[in-house]
Amino acid sequence: MRIFHYWFALWGIVFRELLRFVKQKERFLSALVRPLIWLFVFAAGFRAALGIAIIPPYETYILYEVYITPGLIGMIQLFNGMQSSLSMVYDREMGSMRILLVSPLPRWFLLVSKLLAGVFVSVLQVYVFLGIAWFYEIQAPMEGYLWLLPALLLTGLMLGALGLLLSSFIKQLENFAGVMNFVIFPMFFMSTALYPLWKLQESSEWLYMLAEYNPFSQAVEFLRFALYGQFNQMAFFYTVAAFALFLVFAIIGYNPSKGMMQRKGQ
Amino acid sequence: MRIKAALLGGLLLSTSIVTAETVFVTLEKDNAIAVVDPIAGKLLKTVNVGQRPRGIALSKDQQTLYVATSDDDAVIEVDANTFQVKGKLPSGEDPETFAINSQGTRMYVSNEDDNQVTVIDLITKQAIQQVAVGVEPEGIAVSPDGKWIVSASETTNMVHWIDGVSHEIKANTLVDPRPRALSFTADGQQLWVTSEIDGTLMVIDVASKEIVQRVHFSVPGLGQEKIQPVGVVIDDKRQWAYVALGPANRVAVVNAQSFEVEKYLLVGARVWNLAFSPAQERLYTTNGISHDISIIDLEKHKVTKSIAVGRYPWGVAVKP
Repeated sequence: MRIFHYWFALWGIVFRELLRFVKQKERFLSALVRPLIWLFVFAAGFRAALGIAIIPPYETYILYEVYITPGLIGMIQLFNGMQSSLSMVYDREMGSMRILLVSPLPRWFLLVSKLLAGVFVSVLQVYVFLGIAWFYEIQAPMEGYLWLLPALLLTGLMLGALGLLLSSFIKQLENFAGVMNFVIFPMFFMSTALYPLWKLQESSEWLYMLAEYNPFSQAVEFLRFALYGQFNQMAFFYTVAAFALFLVFAIIGYNPSKGMMQRKGQ
Repeated sequence: MRIKAALLGGLLLSTSIVTAETVFVTLEKDNAIAVVDPIAGKLLKTVNVGQRPRGIALSKDQQTLYVATSDDDAVIEVDANTFQVKGKLPSGEDPETFAINSQGTRMYVSNEDDNQVTVIDLITKQAIQQVAVGVEPEGIAVSPDGKWIVSASETTNMVHWIDGVSHEIKANTLVDPRPRALSFTADGQQLWVTSEIDGTLMVIDVASKEIVQRVHFSVPGLGQEKIQPVGVVIDDKRQWAYVALGPANRVAVVNAQSFEVEKYLLVGARVWNLAFSPAQERLYTTNGISHDISIIDLEKHKVTKSIAVGRYPWGVAVKP
């Protein structure tokens, strides 16, 4: 196998995902409408929710809309990761997954390519969302938008790997509702996306612990700091470790001889 | 660690050199003044000065800080470099705040409990006159030409126009309830006054001494009772005015030509007083309840930083 073959396969997978994304206009719209509703409706009602605390990376007082924005970026990527996993289940049901997996290229490469394809789509969604937020006076420093890009790649890969791992467990498309209830919602609500840790600690020590060690929280914090041109070391290492863990298990999950596919008789 | 600090170092070097300035803040509950480096965003030191310091200003040569220590019944003189107390001025009882004329020769002190304004000669350091004004005088300002000293009486709801030479009240203007602070435009044509209870800003024409404009404030999501305007400053070009809205935790940005409120900037809790940087590219706010000051970038109209300074920051002065 030469590098050209890898490149060709990567391009094919990314292009297919982009094509799917472009063709499904309602998917793009819903991916955008969801965080915008949270921003314009939910956050507007809680403008003063943060009280008078300054928390890093912010250097002064902020409105709730400003706080929630990195959380909504995380939300876009979380849903996108899950959407990718949904498409994997669909691909498996339709048989196109077999075509992908019989390729002579290594399985891990094919799966990472699939992840990258999903991440590219989520990056597009995030920047369009931030563009709209800009006009709503939610403006980060210009360099923050540049630093956000590598951060988005990492967090997108981590959340995509989680989706991939989950998709190796899901047998049928109908089971995706379970993913919503048992993965997306708990992950999103038990995180720093909507409330800062100190606020969670005020209500419950347990909730605070769960939120602190929730990989989604760490991803959101990594994005939050990057958006303000800062590097959150702990969030970075935590996200990298979570990505590695999810990916390894996803690769095992997609191994026909060892993984979940065999157990489910796929 | 800030990644941008390492990688954008070269870029920062190429930007214009930022003028160093020092911000002095009176801390009402700490009986001290805070010395802040606003460029580094750091509290440098806190210096004890006397009981309940509130009003603060620099002398014309920028070498002396005048601080009204209300509960000591004095305005003290502090060396602006060594922070040693150099002397005391006979301010009368309970001096809350004061104004200095543009020559730096006269100080006019509001004595809230005695309902009077004390005139101090800064050369001889003697009180030369007491002018009886309305009930609870607080805000005080001197017109740029020194012709008028204007004192706002919180309970009488008036601003009193005191002649700069004879020190007699020549006129009174009835204003909205509880006038708190006032400020002349640099051209001396207008006097801007805030009303704490009505939540309004009034623009008074100096020639006619009549209110010519009334600005109302409304912050989305905040009850009107929270909007209590206090400090007001107008830039030298009379392009923008800034009004501290007290418990609304906002500074209103007012277009000084059209009198439209363009923006509300979120700062700390109970914002009291405001001061420009020397070149008017930044504005400093004292936030009474959150114990900090906020720095506003006036080019972008954005709050860039809030710095903890001590308990109950009240007055603010900036040394170039």
